[in-house]
Amino acid sequence: MMKVSHVNLWVRDQDEAIAFYTEKLGCELQEDVTIEEMGGFRWVTVSPAGQPDLRIILMPPSAMPGSPETIKKLEDVVAQGAAGGVIFDVEDCRATAEELKRRGVEFTQEPVEQFYGIDAGIRDPSGNQHRLVQRAMQPAEQG
Amino acid sequence: MASGDRHLLRARDLIDARYREPLDVAALAQAAHVSPAHFSRQFRRAFGETPHQYLLTRRLERAASLLRTTDHTVLDICMEVGLSSVGSFTTSFKRAYGKTPLAYRRSFPPAARQVPIPTCFLMGATRPPGRMRAPRPLPTLESSSEEDTARMAG
Repeated sequence: MMKVSHVNLWVRDQDEAIAFYTEKLGCELQEDVTIEEMGGFRWVTVSPAGQPDLRIILMPPSAMPGSPETIKKLEDVVAQGAAGGVIFDVEDCRATAEELKRRGVEFTQEPVEQFYGIDAGIRDPSGNQHRLVQRAMQPAEQG
Repeated sequence: MASGDRHLLRARDLIDARYREPLDVAALAQAAHVSPAHFSRQFRRAFGETPHQYLLTRRLERAASLLRTTDHTVLDICMEVGLSSVGSFTTSFKRAYGKTPLAYRRSFPPAARQVPIPTCFLMGATRPPGRMRAPRPLPTLESSSEEDTARMAG
């Protein structure tokens, strides 16, 4: 069996990203290690609250092995919100949205009813776009 | 627990979610709309420990995790879990774990030995500087080379 243990998010600044994902979204910081003998390579992961076995890696494009041009391209794609995001499963989309707004999270879409549930969009400081989805049918009920 | 005790569950959820913030029993009691003394008694009856103990335990548990898996300083970790005094953090930590925060950290392998860094990043970071930053032809978006795609995929 294959399970997802890590997903990668490109972020422009790791400290800024840690603050956003922990203080604003309520994730837990799991790992933050700088390895001096690897040129100061910094490995940072966070987990959604209550899901410690899923690690979201917060990685700056500059850590990617590639030419400066390639890295610059990736940075642009991230800033435009086109580098991919994640979908957060939430119990109450409207209440979550209200709380996140109180904490200053930027919304790209207000909660709206879709056939699959209630869906809202947020943007992190780097430009990554995520969804908050309250599913109309919980997975356990899907048989 | 009686259904009328829902405010206690909410208070506990609040501790679990927002232990980083300067929460105290007064703020929790306020959120539960009862007096601090009444709130502490009710909480203890429902969960077997006072809200103060529950909050401190939550913070110490997070601090222990950060000591094992990050290289943040003890001072930073103290602040990150919502405590403001390193002295009382160290005392509480020692009471709970039998060791000071630093001794606790040293009893585990260094965090840097535990993180699963993907090989592609390792290769990038350990490549000789000249080669790593050498300019090479830019792949166009339409026909990015296989090599480039492989690198992006990690």
